[in-house]
Amino acid sequence: MNPFNFDIEQLNQKALDIRRDIITLLVESQSGHSGGPLSCADMAAALYFNILNHNPGNPDDPVRDLNFFSIGHVSPLIYSVLAEAGYFPLRDLLTFRKLNSHLEGHPNCLHTPGIEVSAGSLGQGLSIACGAAYGIKMDGSERSVFCFMGDGEQQEGSIWEAVMFAAHYRLDNLCALIDYNHRQIDGETEKVMNIAPLAEKYWSFGWNVYEIDGHNMGEILGALKACSEFTGKPSVIIGHTVMGKGVSFMEGLAEWHGKPPAPDQGEKALAELGTTFREWSERLRNG
Amino acid sequence: MVELKKTRVGFGHGLVDAGRKSEKVVVLVGDLRDSTNVNFFAEEFPQRFIEVGIAEQNMANVAAGLSLVGKIPFFTTYGAFATCRCLDMLRVTICYSNLNVKIGGAHGGISVGPDGATHQALEEISILRSLPNMKVIVPCDYYETRKATLASIDIKGPVYIRFGRENVPVVTGEKTPFEFGKGALYRDGGDVAILACGVMLYEALAAADELQRDGIDARIINIHTVKPIDEDIIIKAASECGAIVTAEEHQVYGGFGSAVAEVIVKNSPVPMEFVGIQDSFGRSGQPEELMQTYHLKAVDIIKAAMKVLGRK
Ligand SMILES: Cc1ncc(C[n+]2csc(CCOP(=O)(O)OP(=O)(O)O)c2C)c(N)n1
Repeated sequence: MNPFNFDIEQLNQKALDIRRDIITLLVESQSGHSGGPLSCADMAAALYFNILNHNPGNPDDPVRDLNFFSIGHVSPLIYSVLAEAGYFPLRDLLTFRKLNSHLEGHPNCLHTPGIEVSAGSLGQGLSIACGAAYGIKMDGSERSVFCFMGDGEQQEGSIWEAVMFAAHYRLDNLCALIDYNHRQIDGETEKVMNIAPLAEKYWSFGWNVYEIDGHNMGEILGALKACSEFTGKPSVIIGHTVMGKGVSFMEGLAEWHGKPPAPDQGEKALAELGTTFREWSERLRNG
Repeated sequence: MVELKKTRVGFGHGLVDAGRKSEKVVVLVGDLRDSTNVNFFAEEFPQRFIEVGIAEQNMANVAAGLSLVGKIPFFTTYGAFATCRCLDMLRVTICYSNLNVKIGGAHGGISVGPDGATHQALEEISILRSLPNMKVIVPCDYYETRKATLASIDIKGPVYIRFGRENVPVVTGEKTPFEFGKGALYRDGGDVAILACGVMLYEALAAADELQRDGIDARIINIHTVKPIDEDIIIKAASECGAIVTAEEHQVYGGFGSAVAEVIVKNSPVPMEFVGIQDSFGRSGQPEELMQTYHLKAVDIIKAAMKVLGRK
């Protein structure tokens, strides 16, 4: 059971709060990634606040579902989701990337509750998810495994080793989510190294594929629920998204992949998200 | 006649021992089932054996995932691939997260023979020593490999076990104790200490017999656990013997000898010589020919001992 079970309206509100957290913590740290965290926010909100069977009060709960963020660089999103879910205080978000904070630039599972495995080198998460899904099946347990990946990340060869493995062993307790924002560090994914047609690739490797609007909460929930019911094959949800979603001057621009907003840009971004730095950092400090 | 046995068979039998001891043990292999000798485990525990195909990077992280749901996975391939091909997985996922993953590194050393340099792993110790949380065991013979494999399931975190391809002399016995992290004295002596890991222990013992004839008392120490290394036994040897020779079937740069030297220079600096591969790749040949060509025999240890004694 998901401990929140939010409806679509509540999930949209949570995704908005997560975007506010992301901008606020990035303004505070003046270091970190903006684009990917904002494009993943809706899918991550749906997973943690409606689908995932997890227990923020007991992160090691042996019956929990597992979600692996293969894209460690979206740490602002990951930490916001975990703090909003109650794994640690919201105020910790203001310590992101600072010395002695448990919130490292890329997540460290030995420091931060709710992180299943450390990440930061792309192309590794899906294999880890495969191992967990296989082990769970060996035990005859009902736990589900999820894995968040990027679209640029699909260029890593190791992912396709894992894609083969998951289909070969019919890991239908595994659901991958791809943030297809069509952008990566060096520009448009289509121009850097085209991964299209992505759905066809997964399909031909033996996966069950859903292609959705990764910002439409109804579609996201529908696909996640369909995945959990599907048997015989692993599933992938390819969510078409916009890098920097929610902040007009970031949207669709690869240059926002890896930099934080300057304080004045942050203020502008937060205004678009219906708050101010002062108001939102106050909320975090008290949370 | 000295008994000969393969260390890889020791690994294979050790896996079966481990599988009988713990239900959690799972074995993965990358299309090298028979040559790494995981076949014994596969036959006895087919439900806990996972063929991953030729995808070592995936195999390392599938093992990582299995460990995260409570399994004790061993992933197995040739050491050259287990370390070099999977290094990023070892570093970022397995060591940084300190996961309970065991690694069976087959085909360690030049004695792999005719397959040549690509398959002769000579750099695992140097590479793995630099990864925090990683532990490295280089057993000397069949029995020690078998015991190290079984022992590794009770050592928390990543453990690498290095073993070879060919028949090698049996030096220990079924009853010889194996204590992880502890060196063992195989022969006492006060003139020079020869510290060896892996199959070089046998060569060191043979060298000691020769040296004895010339009136030189060599102390022989088996250091199967290269990381964490037994500092006490090394410091004692350095201060009591005043000269050290290390012997390894591995590159000298960053390898076992380097690990010993790090302990010695900090605590009790004495002259040292390094027997090992001197910064070159291997090549094809019969194992014995290669051991001679690359100066990994007792006679080479004797030469190193004479040299270090001259510097005492
Ligand atoms: C193995 C590896 N290579 C390179 C990097 C550097 N890097 C971090 S994020 C990134 C781009 C990822 O693109 P994508 O998956 O599309 O994520 P997004 O840009 O949408 O956040 C790169 C190349 C890395 N972290 N790991």
